[in-house]
Amino acid sequence: MTQVDPTTIWIIIIGLAIGSYALRFTFIGLVGDRPMPPWLLRHLRYTAVAIIPALIAPLVVWPAATNGQPDVPRMASAAVALTVGIVTKNVLAAIFSGAATLYGLLYLVG
Amino acid sequence: MASATSKSYFWKGFRDGSPFVFVAIPFGTLFGVFATEAGLNIVQTMAFSATVFAGAAQFTALQLLQDNTPTIIILISALAVNLRVAMYSASLTPYLGAAPLWQRACAAYLIVDQSYACSVVRFEKEPDMSVPQRMAYFVGSVTPITPLWLIATYLGAVLGTQIPDSWALDFALPITFLSMIGPMMRTLAHVVAALVAIVVALLTVGVPFNLGLLIAGAAGMIAGAQAELQLDRKKT
Repeated sequence: MTQVDPTTIWIIIIGLAIGSYALRFTFIGLVGDRPMPPWLLRHLRYTAVAIIPALIAPLVVWPAATNGQPDVPRMASAAVALTVGIVTKNVLAAIFSGAATLYGLLYLVG
Repeated sequence: MASATSKSYFWKGFRDGSPFVFVAIPFGTLFGVFATEAGLNIVQTMAFSATVFAGAAQFTALQLLQDNTPTIIILISALAVNLRVAMYSASLTPYLGAAPLWQRACAAYLIVDQSYACSVVRFEKEPDMSVPQRMAYFVGSVTPITPLWLIATYLGAVLGTQIPDSWALDFALPITFLSMIGPMMRTLAHVVAALVAIVVALLTVGVPFNLGLLIAGAAGMIAGAQAELQLDRKKT
């Protein structure tokens, strides 16, 4: 494992702690009972559902562990985890079936 | 007696929040393992889980840290993942906004997916609840998971140091995130947001400092909001 600079880690932890608290407090603490513009709420609804797929799409297509070469076990386990999640709506079931696919195929191929 | 009824609402919340321990324990453990793999020590890992208290944002920061992303981009990206708690906060405000400021300040720290989901359902079902009763219910709903989240993080961090490289943990994080996406696909607009974000993310992978992530995220948000408008228009 690469050694990460402790100062960087602490900046990230403290920055996220303050930032996350600010996000949580802004509305309930400062806005109080005033209504918020619908266009803002409409965009906020789609933040997680946009950022998370954008974060992992490149990791699935070009995995770091294989030096960016597309890799069948990783692609297959990604497809299984996503499909099981969509069908069952159960995060843990999706994680376990995705992991089982990855290990199963790595065992068969490797 | 007002305090007695508030107390019973605390326990109602506690009961409704209890099933989520089956989410908090495995996620906390996974976070502890990943954080150790990423090079964080136990004090850093525990401080992370205790102060940030938001699984998806913590996982995002770890992944970007391993990709040598500039600190400011890590902060913006992880906070963007966490923007939904701002939405939860906004949505709880009509129910809890009249509580004393110190209570709201404490409640803000406890806004997570689980406490929000439980509370909003209950508050809508029982519109006659008083503000102290709502606050008691809300706090009750996170009480089972908060200590377990921290204990699980600790166990994961201790276990993580003993896991060999051959376990292909590089891909455990993508699998965890992919598994979270399925249940988020509640409407067609959510699907549109995710697909646009994926396409833009793959196209912008060459943009330096992982800025492609923020570009793709913004594109997905706009696409989702526009899709929602179009779908609403068709309905009426």
